[in-house]
Amino acid sequence: MPELTYLEAISDGLREEMRHDESVFCLGQDIGSFGGAFKVTEGLADEFGADRMWDTPLAESAIVGAAVGAAVEGMRPIAEMQFADFIACGFDQLVNVAAKMHYRQGLAVPLVVRLPSGGGFSGGPFHSQNPEAWFLQAPGLKVVAPSTPEDAKGLLASAVRDPNPVLYLEHKHLYRRLRGEVAKGRYETPLGGVRVARPGSDLTLVAYGAMVHTALEAVEDLDGARVEVLDLRTLCPLDREGILGSVRKTGKVVVLHEATRSCGVGAEVCALIAEEAFEDLDGPVVRVTAPDLPIPFSPPLESAVLPQVDQVREACRELLEY
Amino acid sequence: MATPTTRPAQLEPQEAATAELTVDDRGELLRYMLLMRATEERALNLYRQGQVPGSYYDGRGQEAVSVGSAFALGPRDRACILHRDLGAHLIRGVTPGRVLAQMMGRLGGVTDGRDGNMHFGDRHLGCVGMVSMLPDMAPVACGLALAFQMRREQRVAMTWFGDGSTANGQWHEAMNVAGIRQLPVVFVLENNQFAYSTPNELEFVRDPVERAAAYGFEGVKVDGNDVEAVFAAAAAACDRARAGGGPTLIQAETMRMHGHGAHDDMSYVPPELFERWANRDPIELFERRLGAEGIETKSIHIAVEDELERETAWALAQPMPDPATATEGVFATEDPVLGDGHAPWSRWAPRAKEGPHA
Repeated sequence: MPELTYLEAISDGLREEMRHDESVFCLGQDIGSFGGAFKVTEGLADEFGADRMWDTPLAESAIVGAAVGAAVEGMRPIAEMQFADFIACGFDQLVNVAAKMHYRQGLAVPLVVRLPSGGGFSGGPFHSQNPEAWFLQAPGLKVVAPSTPEDAKGLLASAVRDPNPVLYLEHKHLYRRLRGEVAKGRYETPLGGVRVARPGSDLTLVAYGAMVHTALEAVEDLDGARVEVLDLRTLCPLDREGILGSVRKTGKVVVLHEATRSCGVGAEVCALIAEEAFEDLDGPVVRVTAPDLPIPFSPPLESAVLPQVDQVREACRELLEY
Repeated sequence: MATPTTRPAQLEPQEAATAELTVDDRGELLRYMLLMRATEERALNLYRQGQVPGSYYDGRGQEAVSVGSAFALGPRDRACILHRDLGAHLIRGVTPGRVLAQMMGRLGGVTDGRDGNMHFGDRHLGCVGMVSMLPDMAPVACGLALAFQMRREQRVAMTWFGDGSTANGQWHEAMNVAGIRQLPVVFVLENNQFAYSTPNELEFVRDPVERAAAYGFEGVKVDGNDVEAVFAAAAAACDRARAGGGPTLIQAETMRMHGHGAHDDMSYVPPELFERWANRDPIELFERRLGAEGIETKSIHIAVEDELERETAWALAQPMPDPATATEGVFATEDPVLGDGHAPWSRWAPRAKEGPHA
């Protein structure tokens, strides 16, 4: 199998989906011949033409809204936000029009919004956010957050084929840092199933996106403790049974995410465990997250805000000793 | 992609293209306006009887806009209809009974109780229902038109919005992308003089139709209380869109003759303004014109009244939804698509001189 970066895997996935189905097309700022701000769509305009790689003006509402209209008409649009942060400017179309469409009138909205997300590179308050929890309060939207090149391609394929609006969070920090084997051709990784990134029996460490790699690094050498790292892959639908199964086995849970703390994915996972697996717990559920702050620009400030390997290691160690 | 061409906004009212409409067609235009008014009057009564939960909104005085414009659509065209435009739904083929059931939150309504009042669109009839945020359907209509354009289909997307919407950023975004891509979309701006209580002079400095030129497409201002003038403008816009000529912004001048909702007493409307428009009732204007030409309309009134009685009885016989179903259908499990429906415009369309929808 060829080894691709996380970014190349997304790019490969887009190419495969567009080859597979003529109704798949991309729209967003600078995604055409320029290849996108991060070059994810580089070369696609050459292969598929400007019509299917629409270089839109700066207009997030029109991008998402036009994607909704095209989707209900049977197309499968993939919209790119230049940075995940900018979905705020197209939020209304997403949460009021797209999310409620099927419930109100039985129409499918098979669209994907790609969201380059996350911090760690001094992007500052407007180019570093992890907005996943915003969407989880809008029933009707699905949310995926791949952590590996293999999943990046497979989850993208499933997102494109899904008849619902899907937010696809691609972590910018992984774009060129992470390489992995990716199968050639089309394949789909089903939405809604956790991946055991590392098996274990002493503690469950739940993460997704780039934090899966922080988690793996943190528990690599943790005084011989066998920590199970769960990669959520999909935040909606959430694989409740996958999470609970691991918790029932280990009895101890740390939930890790880069997004801010209050009402985040971690809060939901902890509530799920408290409601469904209280009797199986051998210690308090623990969260390691960014605090409730904007992501600051200056490197020492940003590092102080984003969860670090040592923090995760310390949280696991404390809970193991509980 | 088509090369955008900038044309000056045309501000003169267009001649009504009555030559293209037969006597039967004109009877249909009247029938739909009467049906809209009768359905809304009935719905208002039901609201006052406590049968309609929430509030109640209608399009009193704006019948000519929705009927005249929607009549120009073909069966394969698509529509995102506004809450003042019941006539467009009726033309697409939604029955008055389903509208009344919708407003009462009953099964058999277009959304089976999932949404209320005029927030609906029957997907089987090629309609995408509006949301409360305005003009959210303008970008969506661009997306429908984008699909047609990408598939090289000669079809049109039509959407309606009010004067209030022209102040919102999404309006600009939609107009701009429609112009850039020269999308086959028809925007119908119903200037009913007020956005809730806010008059035109607090909404914009110059007529929004003038902006069309800046976006690179045609802008047309019509008398929104003249159903045939609206039809002529809409038919021309649809023909232009199908021929690859891009979007059109039609500004229809009209007046909202009821409050924003049933709870609104319109105290902010100057009496002389109201009086001026009351003397230009779109149904009376059209009937007077037909009468002057010796066209009989009494039978249409009788037929509409009979239809409303039957439809109301049907609506009142529909059950309320089962609470246990509230959790169903948040997510789609398959790809239900917009349908072509069966609508009366096809009685007009085959006779039209141009258009692939014949």
